[in-house]
Amino acid sequence: MSFLDVKDLKIHFPTDDGVVKSVDGLTFGLERGQTLGIVGESGSGKSVTSLGILGLHKGGRAKISGEIWLDGEELVSAPAEQVRGLRGKKMAMIFQDPLSSMHPYYTVGHQIIEAYRIHNAVSKQVARKHAVDLLGRVGIPEPGKRVDSYPHEFSGGMRQRAMIAMALSCDPELLIADEPTTALDVTVQAQILDLMRDLQREFNSALIIITHDLGVVAELADDILVMYGGKCVEYGKTDEIFYNPEHPYTWGLLGSMPRLDREPTERLLPIKGSPPSLINVPPGCAFHPRCPYADRTEGRASTEVPDLAPTERGHLVRCHMPRTERRSLWENEIKPVLETQ
Amino acid sequence: MLTYIIRRLIGAIAMLIVISMVTFGIFFVVPQWAGSSPEAMASRYVGRAATPETVHLVAQKLGFYDPVIVQYGRFAKGIVAGAEYDYGAGVEQCPAPCFGYSFISGQPVWPDLLDRMPVTFSLAIGAALLWVLGGVSVGVISALRRGTFFDRLSMGTALAGVSLPIFFTGMLSLVVFSYGLGWTPPGGSWTDFTENPAQWAFNLLLPWITLAFLFAATYARLTRAGMLETMGEDYVRTARAKGLSERDVVVKHGLRAALTPILTLFGIDFGLLIGGAVLTETTYTLPGLGQFAILAIRNQDLPQVMGVVLFAACFVVVASLIVDLLYAWVDPRVRLS
Ligand SMILES: Nc1ncnc2c1ncn2[C@@H]1O[C@H](COP(=O)(O)OP(=O)(O)OP(=O)(O)O)[C@@H](O)[C@H]1O
Ligand code: SF4
Ligand SMILES: [Mg+2]
Repeated sequence: MSFLDVKDLKIHFPTDDGVVKSVDGLTFGLERGQTLGIVGESGSGKSVTSLGILGLHKGGRAKISGEIWLDGEELVSAPAEQVRGLRGKKMAMIFQDPLSSMHPYYTVGHQIIEAYRIHNAVSKQVARKHAVDLLGRVGIPEPGKRVDSYPHEFSGGMRQRAMIAMALSCDPELLIADEPTTALDVTVQAQILDLMRDLQREFNSALIIITHDLGVVAELADDILVMYGGKCVEYGKTDEIFYNPEHPYTWGLLGSMPRLDREPTERLLPIKGSPPSLINVPPGCAFHPRCPYADRTEGRASTEVPDLAPTERGHLVRCHMPRTERRSLWENEIKPVLETQ
Repeated sequence: MLTYIIRRLIGAIAMLIVISMVTFGIFFVVPQWAGSSPEAMASRYVGRAATPETVHLVAQKLGFYDPVIVQYGRFAKGIVAGAEYDYGAGVEQCPAPCFGYSFISGQPVWPDLLDRMPVTFSLAIGAALLWVLGGVSVGVISALRRGTFFDRLSMGTALAGVSLPIFFTGMLSLVVFSYGLGWTPPGGSWTDFTENPAQWAFNLLLPWITLAFLFAATYARLTRAGMLETMGEDYVRTARAKGLSERDVVVKHGLRAALTPILTLFGIDFGLLIGGAVLTETTYTLPGLGQFAILAIRNQDLPQVMGVVLFAACFVVVASLIVDLLYAWVDPRVRLS
């Protein structure tokens, strides 16, 4: 069993319009010191998954099933109070928008001190020293002074660093970063990613990076899980996902990866259409209304949900198309287009 | 923060000066414009029976022939430093703050005002505490238990609270609880706090609740709306992700952010409270400033009316100053901008 083991996780929200199947049978694992990238378009269920691991849906309307094992403890069935004790200490989260994710009325230092003192019985002075140390560690200049600043007095990049310091305050063994760089410009984005990599090495924590941009996790992740409509459609080693992807949706993601040398509007293989509704998920393969190859699966695309089947290279793909056909499509049609420029 | 406080203090003092000018203008200058002669005004001080010579003399002594600006200077000086009145029959000292003498009783106005203050303050502060604590807690619970029976009941009651006038709720409560059930003392009961604190509170219970009910309703609704908003904010999610207990999440993160509009409203309401206190004091016949003001107006007792008006205005200015400072303390973004 891995350090983190998620088995057939389902998180459904009953609403007036129907059940929103935000996460629908997700399975993955992660070891200490390893990084997993979860990639997918907006609304594919990435955030719901990460909040689910932290137990933040407990007590809400969500219907949760499956198992989440963290270091030998099962969290789905555990009482809310037990999971709360792990939150912030054993597992911590870095959120997407650091400005709205930090309380506007408290200083950055206060918020780090608070996080530290929930799980450590230390005096305010000791916690404050710890907060200053942390701010220095994440690269904030003059941490002794900035500790008393409010979030709105920080720049976007500094805020994200402060957010990281807060998440790291209790040396978590599992760190989930939900789109940690989306709100930042490209240079700052690279700095933050470097920082996260260094810190992860230092703390030897398990890291999950959630993003809609494959580029973000290209250098950081050991494994990549591609999500579509609440389900995993492709899952494997990072190199496999980049050099031998087999799912048409992953091809689309690769084709729409923003790159420094390309205009953001200029996409090689854009994915047509929009993400599916999670209330009325298309029957069969959820991707079929947008998939250019839907007609190659003898009508099964719209009737039968494809299995998440292993390939001989050891990664998992959810697609009805015969393997030989996928391989040749990738080699002959997709890869050459992606490699132009 | 210090510069902010100083800035606000200067603003408050300027406000008070303007208010004193306006009050002075309304009671001394406007009558003169409207055709009232200095003698007619002086005659109010000496009584109608006095001979024209005396009236003329008093008008002169009181300075009604002086330029307006000099008159205002004397008036303001009286409030700040006290004044001397010379009625011809000897000099009378009126110590600061001097608002002059009542036409009716001949007593200086200020000690009378001072006498009435404990009643109004007891009523106002007790009610304010009650409505803020009551309204905010009901609002918080309603927001957290949205859609439940408690939520619907309290919001229904709140709706009644904002729409029913004090006369009505006050009379109703008197009829039911004092005259009917005999649980609470009848109207007109007042005991000084220093004499018997328990009796003081007991006597004020019904007026407090009546006055608080009117305001609490608004606070409950405002708090509920604010909490529904803030509890969905990203920073509340962050607080939970840290492993904070739900109580701390609600109070320190959710409520803390919802407090700003509540405080703003409190600043306005605390000023209006004087008005609310007048009605409540009348309904329960309490010997407070409200009753004092009504009597003064009925008797056309100019110095008394002026005194109470000026005092009420000061009260509003000081209350809003306090609220502004609280506001800056609660929301750091205010004092920085
Ligand atoms: N509390 C909730 N009640 C009902 N539906 C919800 C709830 N939370 C999330 N959802 C739905 O679940 C779906 C997945 O949301 P999620 O936030 O996980 O997407 P995401 O992959 O993180 O997207 P993004 O890239 O925009 O952050 C969305 O359609 C969303 O509307
Ligand atoms: S199953 Fe069919 S529709 Fe779905 S991704 Fe594969 S080819 Fe496309
Ligand atoms: Mg998200």
